[in-house]
This record gives sequence, structure tokens and C-alpha cells, in this order.
Amino acid sequence: MAVTEKAMHATNGHTSPPASKPADGYTIIGSRPVRPDGVDKVTGRAIYGADVRLQGLLYGKVLRSPHAHARILSIDTSKAEALPGVKAVVTGADLPTAADKVEDLGESAINLKYLSANILAHDKALYHGHAIAAVAAVDSHTAEEAIGFIEVKYEVLPPVMTVDDAMADNAPILLDGLRTDEMGEMGSKPTNLAKHFRHQQGDLAAGFAAAEVVVERTFRTETVHQGYIEPHTGTAQYNTDGQVTIWASTQGTFAVRNQTSEILRIPVSQIKVIPTEIGGGFGGKINVYLEPVAVLLSKKAGGKPVKLVMSRTEVLQATGPTSGSNIRIKIGADANGKITAAHAELYYEAGAFPGSPVGAAANVVLAPYAIDNLQVDGYDIVVNRPRSAAYRAPGGTNAAYATESVLNEIAEKLGIDQAHIRLINGAKQGDRRPDGVQHTEPIGLLETVQAIAESDHYNTPLTGKYQGRGIACGYWNNWGGKSSATAVLNADGTVSLNEASTDIGGSRASIAMQFAEAVGIGYEQVKPRVGDTDSVAYNDVTGGSRTTFSTGMAAHNMGVEMLSQMKERLADVWEVDAVEYADGEFSGGDNHISFQEAAALIYKTGEPLMVSSTVFPRSFGPGFSTQLADVEVDPETGKVTILRYTIAQDVGRAIHPSYVEGQMQGGVVQGIGWALNEEYIYNEKGQLLNGSLLDYRMPTALDLPMIETILVEVPYPGHPYGVRGVGEVNIVPPAGAIANAVANAIGSRMFELPMSPARVLEAMKE
Amino acid sequence: MAKKVMVQTVINNDDTTFVCETRQTLLEVLRDELGMTGTKEGCGNGNCGACNVMLDGVLVNSCLVLAVEAEGRTVTTIEGVAEAEGLHPIQQAFLEHAALQCGICTPGFIISSKALLEQNPNPSEHDVRLWLAGNLCRCTGYDKIVRAVLDVASAGQAKAGA
Ligand code: FES
Ligand code: FES
Repeated sequence: MAVTEKAMHATNGHTSPPASKPADGYTIIGSRPVRPDGVDKVTGRAIYGADVRLQGLLYGKVLRSPHAHARILSIDTSKAEALPGVKAVVTGADLPTAADKVEDLGESAINLKYLSANILAHDKALYHGHAIAAVAAVDSHTAEEAIGFIEVKYEVLPPVMTVDDAMADNAPILLDGLRTDEMGEMGSKPTNLAKHFRHQQGDLAAGFAAAEVVVERTFRTETVHQGYIEPHTGTAQYNTDGQVTIWASTQGTFAVRNQTSEILRIPVSQIKVIPTEIGGGFGGKINVYLEPVAVLLSKKAGGKPVKLVMSRTEVLQATGPTSGSNIRIKIGADANGKITAAHAELYYEAGAFPGSPVGAAANVVLAPYAIDNLQVDGYDIVVNRPRSAAYRAPGGTNAAYATESVLNEIAEKLGIDQAHIRLINGAKQGDRRPDGVQHTEPIGLLETVQAIAESDHYNTPLTGKYQGRGIACGYWNNWGGKSSATAVLNADGTVSLNEASTDIGGSRASIAMQFAEAVGIGYEQVKPRVGDTDSVAYNDVTGGSRTTFSTGMAAHNMGVEMLSQMKERLADVWEVDAVEYADGEFSGGDNHISFQEAAALIYKTGEPLMVSSTVFPRSFGPGFSTQLADVEVDPETGKVTILRYTIAQDVGRAIHPSYVEGQMQGGVVQGIGWALNEEYIYNEKGQLLNGSLLDYRMPTALDLPMIETILVEVPYPGHPYGVRGVGEVNIVPPAGAIANAVANAIGSRMFELPMSPARVLEAMKE
Repeated sequence: MAKKVMVQTVINNDDTTFVCETRQTLLEVLRDELGMTGTKEGCGNGNCGACNVMLDGVLVNSCLVLAVEAEGRTVTTIEGVAEAEGLHPIQQAFLEHAALQCGICTPGFIISSKALLEQNPNPSEHDVRLWLAGNLCRCTGYDKIVRAVLDVASAGQAKAGA
């Protein structure tokens, strides 16, 4: 029984773009202008990582380990070096010895020794695809041939692929020096368990004793990849004066600079990172993979620039992904559905080096709900898979999937509506997160649940036997981080806005809009550009949903400052005490001029006008999302079709609603892929079997209906326009919402992601 | 050094002759030899559509076409879509609908959408989704892309009816 075209919820008729009008009380914010980089991106002119072309450019290729776990006994590169056209070959032996210390160089902390060993393996290959050596040659085919001539002798070791493998007695050890950090105490034995931490509140035993129902379940989720369509690239030139230039497709140019500096022991002052356009990141383009290797190759090749571009298989084998996990959740509730106690145990696979997102997951796992008695245990475990990288609300999707599944079981047992149980338990201002952090400002979780409960979707009944409906909530912390920007007033009344947050989804527009709003000029008068690491002060990564929030705050500050300086300058010129500015007009004494005229006058009468702002907001508004999924299950094949999907998300204030909706839709569709299809499949040797986009199956347009969005605006008071990060929280609920819908459709619950057809069929037999 | 072959083609209405190795794909030659980097590589094996071009009016994945196969044929790439007067309506619709986020998939989607509307000027939502299933986008969830294409189609219908 295939789901028909008509059964899928259609476009609600509208195909013309939504009207672009500002929100109440604003002149720009809330409108939907075309992004400044738009024309370049629809005409093919925009330059992405692989599009960089330089004089004398060499092309590089990386040799990767065919084994998941092996000691490297020897590497002989002589035959590769002898191949005509080969200009340089490097291995881990070319890397300087890294310091054995933990540093935060991007979005999360890592030991520099491990960071270095992930670039080019030191003594061990720790996953299938681990970089072993690299070649630069006159063209990519020659480089490809050359890596085939590199001879590596391995001692193959047994692979450790899962939490269970890694925690087993006598498990093979990945990292000789690793010891368990057991709630702050360092262990003495070699281990694969890097860390165990705990959050605790209230009295867990008393809470469970007070419960009418207790549900305890164990879940397994598989490794998934961010899946950006642009593969990783890295282009670098090592100049003979020791200056390094890197062209990077990255979420953070300064993160690339810092990591390259630490790995290669080159001072940051000698490294300039130039951002290209970036073809998606989702957290996966913060860690460096290729850039330091390109620098090493360029140096060996006498300073010729070297470009490395990964194949899709390399991307899947050796970058990203996010953690597979084992999660146990126990929740107790009283007869009214009020949660009395909850215990979560999160076992996250970090990949080859410590640093899974289990810390963030521990904050997400119970966060939508106000729970007096709780305990969260987090475990960070190394396995022979690629080093995990951030992926949109890192760790949150798996964690929420488990919580939301158990919560629905409780609701079913108590006969409570699934939206209602979330209203009963939903967190409000003043409640605490599992780690004790209090929501001191207003939060919008309950508003999002309410929006779903009142939606047309929720109030439209299902129509088919194998249809089901599920709700889930999600939380994400968001981030502030450091941002820097400058703004130059041009003589024609335009403003050149120079910032350093790489733009992955329209942030040049949202930042320019906030500047224009602050100044009271048109959006088209603001010309934003993303500069390199020499052009502004330090700037954190585009990640943590922070760019429109923090860099937007810097833009706002600059707008305010520019106006005040303009007033002072005009007061001097006009020889008046005070200048006023309203409705785009400066006035003082008998003088009245427009912004544009003021810019010309300032240009003529004195020094050029430029302002700057650096910000580091320590507080920021968390994001909540509630989502509703309708599915239909094909009882013959087990295939799950999404019939209708609605997202309600607290976005604080939507600066550019189209891009906010786009973030919500995109995050949800990634979550749908995670829930239904996507997973890393390894053979018993630990080799990745599905390293292509055919076999690693991400959602296509045909797999989906339109994704309906409800923008709930509970402004965050700590931002001049009430902005909250919007990029990440949307991916937290989908797996939970879909799991609840599938359970509703087939009448039995599944405890494993993805809910692929074979697994669904299996569950339907029960 | 592999032996090189001379290939004569018409690319975006310009007579174009290039020299390539027989193992080079059309995608590689467009990007690395001709400097036309608007056509993107997302997978290199036919699974993502980022490399879509038209070959003699037929939609192809240029990563699956050898450059030598372009001999005597016409190629349209993203660089050839905009018209002298300005953007093509599909390009304009992608901008107005915010149908791109990172934009790496956009050239492929535009070429593919153009091919669809040339052969089916009045597609249903399902037609659009089916046709575009060969193009992966990881950022948008496709919603705004599908709307943009439907918008161009209905504007075209309105014009045809006028
Ligand atoms: S690059 Fe050709 S289909 Fe992906
Ligand atoms: S816009 Fe990024 S892949 Fe489509």
C-alpha cells in the first residue's frame, strides 16, 4: 500500500513568496529582503572551497587507513615521491610533537595530541579512513596514482565499534594514555571510558516512590553524518617568508587559524585564513582535517599552493559524524501525569578520541520539563569510528528521542493526551535545567506546546489504519560567543559592514538588517562582507546558533555608535549644541538633512567615519521547539512516510522570517533522515560499508511533504531585538516525534534508530 | 602523462575547444580546465545532482559524463542560465523564496528545475518533488525550493493564458 500523492498534506495553496513586511514597531526587522550574496549564488559566481584557483596550484590526495584499528609499523613513501609530477609527500612524522594539553579551539575542547593525531595518524590508525599520508602533485589524477604507491605496514588490531564493545572487560584499548575521569577523579587503568559525570537534583528515590507509573526503557541510536553537500576542502600556501595563507570553507576562520597554529606550531600572527563561501557545515566544519596538511605539503613543495578536496567517501569515512549512543531513561509520574522523578544514563560514542557531545546531551535530555528529582549520568567513550564532530544541537536528538518516547508511554498508560502531558510538565521561567542552571528570563516552551495543540494540524483527525501521530519537545541552550565587526560610512550614504561570521544560511542579511534597523536606513544601503582573520578582531565560529544573535548585537551597537558620532560631527559643522535624528533626518538649529546628505557632508568636512564593536555576551536565550508528525506505515514494506509535519519554535524575534523558517525546515528534515534512514553501517572488521550518498540515504524532495512552521516569538530580553538562536533546536524533537507517531501507527514501540523499513516490519510482528 | 584529446563543443552558446585526458569527466574539465566553477561536485558519482548540466538539451550529471563525450555537442551550465536582461525567472524565484541557504546545491537545482519546466510547464507539487529527487539539498528541507519552482510554473501559466 503506497501512500498516495493526495494523502500528503499539500502546499496550503500558496506558491508566491510571503509578503515582505516589517514586524510591528520596526522598519526593517521582520521583512524578507533578498540576501546580499544571493545573485552570486544563483548564477554560479560564488566561490566555495573547491572553487579556489591559484597560480601554480598543486592538487593533493590523502592516503587513508583501510583498517579500523591498527598499529602503523612502517610507511615507505619513496615510490610515490619518484612518480613524475609528484611534488611533495607527508606523513604523521612531519607533524611537530603536539603538547599533551586540552584546549578549546572551536566549539569544544580537545587534547592537542589527539587533534594532531587525527590530522595524520601518529602510531596507530584508529578508524577506517584515518589519514595516514598525503601527496601533492601537478594534477589530481597523478596525486591519486601516487598514494597508491605508498607502502604501509600495519599490525591489524581488533576493532572496538560500540559502547558495549568498548566497555567490555578485556576490551582492546584504543589510546594507551587514556584514563577515566570518574566525576573529577582520574582513574589509574588504561580504558576506553574517557569520562563519567553526573547531574543531580532533589531526591531520586523519594521521587520514584511517589510515582503512580514508572517507565524505564533502553534505546540505541546509530552514528549519523551532518551530510553537507560540499565536501571538505583545504587550500594553503606556505610562503618562503614563513607566512601562511589558508583558503577555507569553514564555520570559523579563527578556529582554523588556532587549530592550524597549534598542530603545526606556527604563531597565529603568521597565519591568515581567508573564508570562501561554505556549502553547509551543521557543526561539521569546525574541526580542521585538511588545512594543516595542505600547509605541510605546500612547504615541502617549495611554497606552491596546494588544494585538497575530499571525495564523498572520505567525507563519510573520516569527518563528522555525530555519536551513536546507548541511552537508558526511567521516568516516574503521578496519576495526574506530573513527573515525580527521572533518571537518564547517556553512553555516547566519541569516535577515536574523547569528546562526544554527551555533555550537551545531558543538558538537553530532560530540559523541556520541570522535574524536582532527577539524575543524569553521562559517559564519553572512545570507539574505532571517526572522531565525532558537532552536529546541530550536538547530542540533543538522540537524547530527546529517548525522553520523548518514554514520556508518551507514560501518557498512554495514564490516558493523558500527548500535548497535555507536556503542558502539565513544561518548564517555565524560574525552573532549572538538569545541570542546575536556572531559566532566569522568559522561555517559550509552553507557548510552543500551546501553538501545536491549537494548530489546524493537531485538530485534523487522522484518516487511515496505519497512520499515527506523535508530538515531541526539544531544548537547546544556544550560545553567545565572541564577535567583532567594523562599519565604514561611505560618502554616498552606504555603509560597508565588515564582519567575520562565515555565512551559511543568510546571516549577512540578518546582520545587515539589524544594523539598518539601528541606524534607520534602508537594508540595501548596508553592504556586509565576511572578512579574513586579518581584517577584524577575533570572532567565534558560526555555530551554537549564535551568529544572528551575537554578530547581530555587534551590528546593532555599531549602528547606535555611528549615529552618535554622526550627530557629534554635524553639531561641530553646524556649530549647534545638539543634533537630533528622527525618521532618517538629522536636524540641528535650522539645518535638516537626510542620512545620505549627512554622509556626504561628513566626508567633505573632516576625517572618515568608521566604528567598530566587539561583543562577548555571556547570557543568551535558550530555544525550545515542539513538533507534530503524522506518519503512515506501509505494512508490506515497513516504509514510513511523513504525511504532515508542523514545527512550533520559540525564535525570540525573527529578523528575516524566511531564513528562520528555512532553519526550522532544514533542521527537521535532517532529523527525519536521522529517524528513518540514516546510519553508519560497518562490517565486522570495522569498515564502513555505506560510504556514498546512494547508500547513506538522506531525505530527498520526494520523501517529504511541505514542512509547516509556526514562529512563536518570546523575545529574549538580553538582546536589543529579542533574538534567540534559531538554527539548532529544530533538530532535537524530530526523532522523538516520529517515534511517537510510528508507535501510534503500528501499536508497538521501537527502541532503535533509524526506524528503517526492516526494523519497522520487525516491530510490526510483535 | 596520459595522452590528451582535443574536444570541440558549444558551451553556453560559445564555441569552445578544450584539450583533456580521456579519463577526465565533463565536470572536471568545466571546473579545473575551463574555470567554470559554478557547476559543483557533491559526490562525484551521480547521487547528488550538484553537477547538473544540460547536454544537447538533456539533463545530465556532469560527473558521470566523460569530457570527450561532449565532442560536437552543446552544453548549458549555470553560468549560461541568466539572460542578457537579467536573472532567469527561476533564479529570481530562488532568491525571493529564500530557496537557498548555503547555496552549494543551488546551481544543480536551477538547472534541473529549468529542465523540468521546459518539458512540463505546469507540474504538480508531486511532479516537482519527483523530478528534483535527484538533487540533494541538506539545508532547506526542500519546502522553499519546491514552492519557488511551482511559483515560476504558475507565473508561466498566467503569462501563457494572458
Ligand atoms: S557530483 Fe555529480 S551527482 Fe553528485
Ligand atoms: S542550500 Fe545548502 S545544500 Fe541546499
